[in-house]
Amino acid sequence: MNTLNQGAPESQEIEALLPWHAAGTLNRRDRERVERALASDSELARRFDLVREEQHETIHLNESLGAPSSRAMEKLFAAIEAEGGKAPARRSFDLVGRVSEFLSSLAPRTVAYAAGAAALTLFVQAAVLTAVVVKEQPGSGTIELSSFGNTSAVQAVIRFTPQTTASEITRFLNAHNAVVVDGPGRGGLFSIRFTGDLPKDEIVKLVQQMQSESRVVEFIATKE
Amino acid sequence: MQGTSDETLIGRIASGDRLAMQVLFARHHVRVYRFVLRMVRDESVAEDLISEVFLDVWRQAGRFEGRSAVPTWLLAIARFKALTALRRKPDEELDEEAAEAIEDESDDPEIVLAKKDKGAAIRKCLGGLSVEHREIIDLVYYHEKSVEEVAEIVGIPENTVKTRMFYARKRLAELLKAAGIERGWP
Repeated sequence: MNTLNQGAPESQEIEALLPWHAAGTLNRRDRERVERALASDSELARRFDLVREEQHETIHLNESLGAPSSRAMEKLFAAIEAEGGKAPARRSFDLVGRVSEFLSSLAPRTVAYAAGAAALTLFVQAAVLTAVVVKEQPGSGTIELSSFGNTSAVQAVIRFTPQTTASEITRFLNAHNAVVVDGPGRGGLFSIRFTGDLPKDEIVKLVQQMQSESRVVEFIATKE
Repeated sequence: MQGTSDETLIGRIASGDRLAMQVLFARHHVRVYRFVLRMVRDESVAEDLISEVFLDVWRQAGRFEGRSAVPTWLLAIARFKALTALRRKPDEELDEEAAEAIEDESDDPEIVLAKKDKGAAIRKCLGGLSVEHREIIDLVYYHEKSVEEVAEIVGIPENTVKTRMFYARKRLAELLKAAGIERGWP
């Protein structure tokens, strides 16, 4: 109990730091202090060997504990699934951070290819825009798309958020009396239609309702 | 996604990205499990607790401000969960654990054998430490947490961290001495 109090304060302090020196978690200043003391104090060096012995056996003991069964992961994701519509508390959307993280993960040559591909995409987009009619629905906040889906039965196109599971999509479509008739197509878009012979203004209302569920729907538009 | 930083994963989890949650779980669940298991000494309870720890991460990711590293944050949550579980344990079970720790000091056949293997003896005595001492030894030696990080996880001042680590090591030396292994310290 009193060993920490014996000797000069400086040596007590150095001895107290030995476990962190063994683990390599001291800051530079403390690491240099300990190294100087170890080089000049053979008793401290002997004690440091004891620390390293304890460290070695602690690691051995922990490594021998094995890993949890898959039950832990299953339980976690079942709980997350059970929370359903309750999304985690959100932070502000860090677009710049996401873009810079993505770019930093690419090799310079990849970035060069990506820049070329982006230029080509811009050109193709310009061409496609001449064929696609995009117009605002007055007062609706949704848009109409006329170029996606080749089935006359298609009434809307939709893209789901990446975190939405298949079972959530099924529940969501059932809740809105909608069925998938095609997809996923370009850009992850699905073609859907609504059950029953609905007038166009009813379809627009349904699409607006679906659009408000931003946790599930990333993009939705009626089709002419 | 495997090369993505923990902080980025937390940002994605805050946006409801389940794949990011899976990556974070895969990356850290074994260490968190071992930390909790050393505290509660029950594999089934430890598995339940790590589910709870990561469910808290899912719920609170949006509030993570990055003041501490993600593994440090995880261990702080895990410690709180483990201590809560220990408080829920009936007194009978705690008494049994205390008895086991006392048995560790006796010169039983297992210890006699262990004397031939100093490493095994140290590991057995590490298991005989109190929860408070086990956690600090694990945090420093196995989880490689700095003085500052241990202070944050355990919720005590940095000087107390150093003192507690000293007494944990001293207790370990006493248990080893009781088992017939004299190391010449303290």
